[in-house]
Amino acid sequence: MAALKIKKGSTSHSAYNLRPNFSDTQEAHTLAVLVDNEPGVLARVIGLFSGRGYNIESLTVAEVDHTGKLSRITVVTTGTPQVIEQIKAQLGRIVPVHDVHDLTVEGPSVERELALFKVAGTGDKRVEALRLADIFRANAVDSTLESFVFELTGAPEKIDAFAELMRPLGLIEVARTGVAALSRGAE
Amino acid sequence: MTRQMTGAKMVVQALKDQGVDTVFGYPGGAVLPIYDEIFQQNDIRHILVRHEQGAVHAAEGYARSTGKVGVALVTSGPGATNAVTGLTDALLDSIPIVVLTGQVPTFMIGSDAFQEADTVGITRPCTKHNWLAKETETLSETLHQAFHVARSGRPGPVLIDIPKDVQFASGTYTAPEKSDTSIYEPQTKGDITAINELVEAMEKAERPVFYTGGGVINSGPKASQLLRELVDATGIPITSTLMGLGAYPASGENWLGMLGMHGLYEANMAMHDCDLMINIGARFDDRITGLISAFSPDSIKAHIDIDPSSINKVIKADIPIVGDVESVLTDILKVWKARGRTVNREAIANWQGQISDWRKVECLKYTQEGKVIKPQYALERLEALTKDHDRYITTEVGQHQMWAAQYLGFEDPNRWMTSGGLGTMGYGVPASVGVQVAHPDSLVINVAGEASWLMNMQEMGTAVQFRLPVKQFILNNERLGMVRQWQELLHGERYSHSWSEALPDFVKLAEAFGAKGIICSDPDDLDEAIMEMLNYDGPVIFDCLVEKHENCFPMIPSGKPHNEMLLGEASTQGAIEAGGAVLV
Repeated sequence: MAALKIKKGSTSHSAYNLRPNFSDTQEAHTLAVLVDNEPGVLARVIGLFSGRGYNIESLTVAEVDHTGKLSRITVVTTGTPQVIEQIKAQLGRIVPVHDVHDLTVEGPSVERELALFKVAGTGDKRVEALRLADIFRANAVDSTLESFVFELTGAPEKIDAFAELMRPLGLIEVARTGVAALSRGAE
Repeated sequence: MTRQMTGAKMVVQALKDQGVDTVFGYPGGAVLPIYDEIFQQNDIRHILVRHEQGAVHAAEGYARSTGKVGVALVTSGPGATNAVTGLTDALLDSIPIVVLTGQVPTFMIGSDAFQEADTVGITRPCTKHNWLAKETETLSETLHQAFHVARSGRPGPVLIDIPKDVQFASGTYTAPEKSDTSIYEPQTKGDITAINELVEAMEKAERPVFYTGGGVINSGPKASQLLRELVDATGIPITSTLMGLGAYPASGENWLGMLGMHGLYEANMAMHDCDLMINIGARFDDRITGLISAFSPDSIKAHIDIDPSSINKVIKADIPIVGDVESVLTDILKVWKARGRTVNREAIANWQGQISDWRKVECLKYTQEGKVIKPQYALERLEALTKDHDRYITTEVGQHQMWAAQYLGFEDPNRWMTSGGLGTMGYGVPASVGVQVAHPDSLVINVAGEASWLMNMQEMGTAVQFRLPVKQFILNNERLGMVRQWQELLHGERYSHSWSEALPDFVKLAEAFGAKGIICSDPDDLDEAIMEMLNYDGPVIFDCLVEKHENCFPMIPSGKPHNEMLLGEASTQGAIEAGGAVLV
């Protein structure tokens, strides 16, 4: 034991604690993944993230090409640059994945999210909520004498900002779709 | 020509059209229609295993030793779940296999039917790809696509789950050449700019080393040939991972031996001190790199891999090349020759001199004395007495596996079948069965430890039934040797559950199976006993009683760099007393 200079009972010598010394700055990236719309394809993508310990901040998926049976998965993820590279390479390995685009690095892109907010209140608070909704160009899609449901579309930051403002005004519930994103320009 | 047939018949037809001659399997309710078809033909041989895990490992052994795709056929539910270990093993070692599982009829899926399991869900993370075949009409195309995916790019296991009603129903059979394989087309040709950059680096390098892996073997025999040509023309020393042994011959003059946690001193030192590391088809596994922050600090690293996700996963590659080894090596040789076959001969001669100094450490030296067989001695004798045979070696997992990698020499690819990535105890017995089926006239030896061997020993029944003369060479130390070694080194010598009690009498066990049993405990009798094993025309269980507390060295303790390896108890302890803890 002493011969090996390893402390008795030590547990800190596992190879699994070893980590490469890559950069550890965390970055958020928006990935657009074009996949065959077939059973289990979403499970493959999500299973990859959970199985390899990657983060999912936001996930949107729907069929975008009915004839070609293609779905677009938009996923916002965070990680070190090396982890982001790994995520893209691992996604590319999945058989029904056609294309992986990193919209964050492939030039400018637009990101939009749709959210519904249920705000309950009466009197001044109710009036203030309606005024702010107007400023944010949110639509009231349901209303009762004590509540509104607002619909708002915008960049995730705008949704966050609106939610922050609504909170003291009686925000009860929020539903968000997650980010949909496209690159800008003709291509 | 369009042909109508049942799904079950399609399975057999597709296997024939894919050139399959052998299937390892175990019948059950959900695959009965397929078994009925197998019964009515003679082109495909079915090997009845004793456990579905055995079927998958046997298919792996078959695949690894032939370069073809291995096939296993099992039933739904427990048949499929028993296959999971084998699938994961094949995934980590990139072994091309197709596993066919039966499933309850489509109209019963989701009803918790008898022997129903969500096979596709369970095996999604342990296959390269999998399919639930919902319609007979598309079944044959799916079967052909499965073979295509299994063998293309980085090979791996695939699975098709076939509900019983799909097997009974009729549909149109699609021939392989009519099947759409464009669903998966990995890049095989390396980027020529990067290849040029690598050749330039090779011309200038003063201390270059090749670090090769299982990818060379997966790429096919031509890749090994090209590797040999490149190594011998440049004089650049070469080491290999566990999975890559045999791609370059062990008798070759530039051979350094295996690298990694239990690799050779000269191989690991060369990796640590090199100025150019050329990784060909290896993946910087944690058993190879040791402490990553201190891994080969001064080298330019080139990485050739067919799987883009292998590159920059663990170690940053300075020269990344995505492509098939055979194709990339062809281009490297072409470019290198066209540029005038230059290497820095003088510097490489110095480098080889340095390496010969490291060789003088004789890191595999051990002392065989007294009346107890040292495991290293047993393997050295096995090597001496079998190296001229047409020989295939499989192993279980543990100390014996590392010793086999260290003391046996592999001259050719596809001769060494071992569970590297997953480290599956119980791999060796069924794998040896699969190898022997593929090579009926060759010598197939499973080097085993007694604990691992017991995990799938039921496959001895398969060996006896199909007259497969596999030799089970068990280094019996009545311990879980590698676990015991780690407990000694890392857990204060508290040997928690790491010994084998109530072991069977292996000779009687062999006889009970209808095989031959041999026991040997005296080093003086060893040669004769090994010869007896070799001369027996049938399966043999060889119970070789060895030193119980032998540790496997050299060893890079986890968390240490390559140049801090431990070189055996005696030398390490001596060195410590002298004040220098670790040999460099």
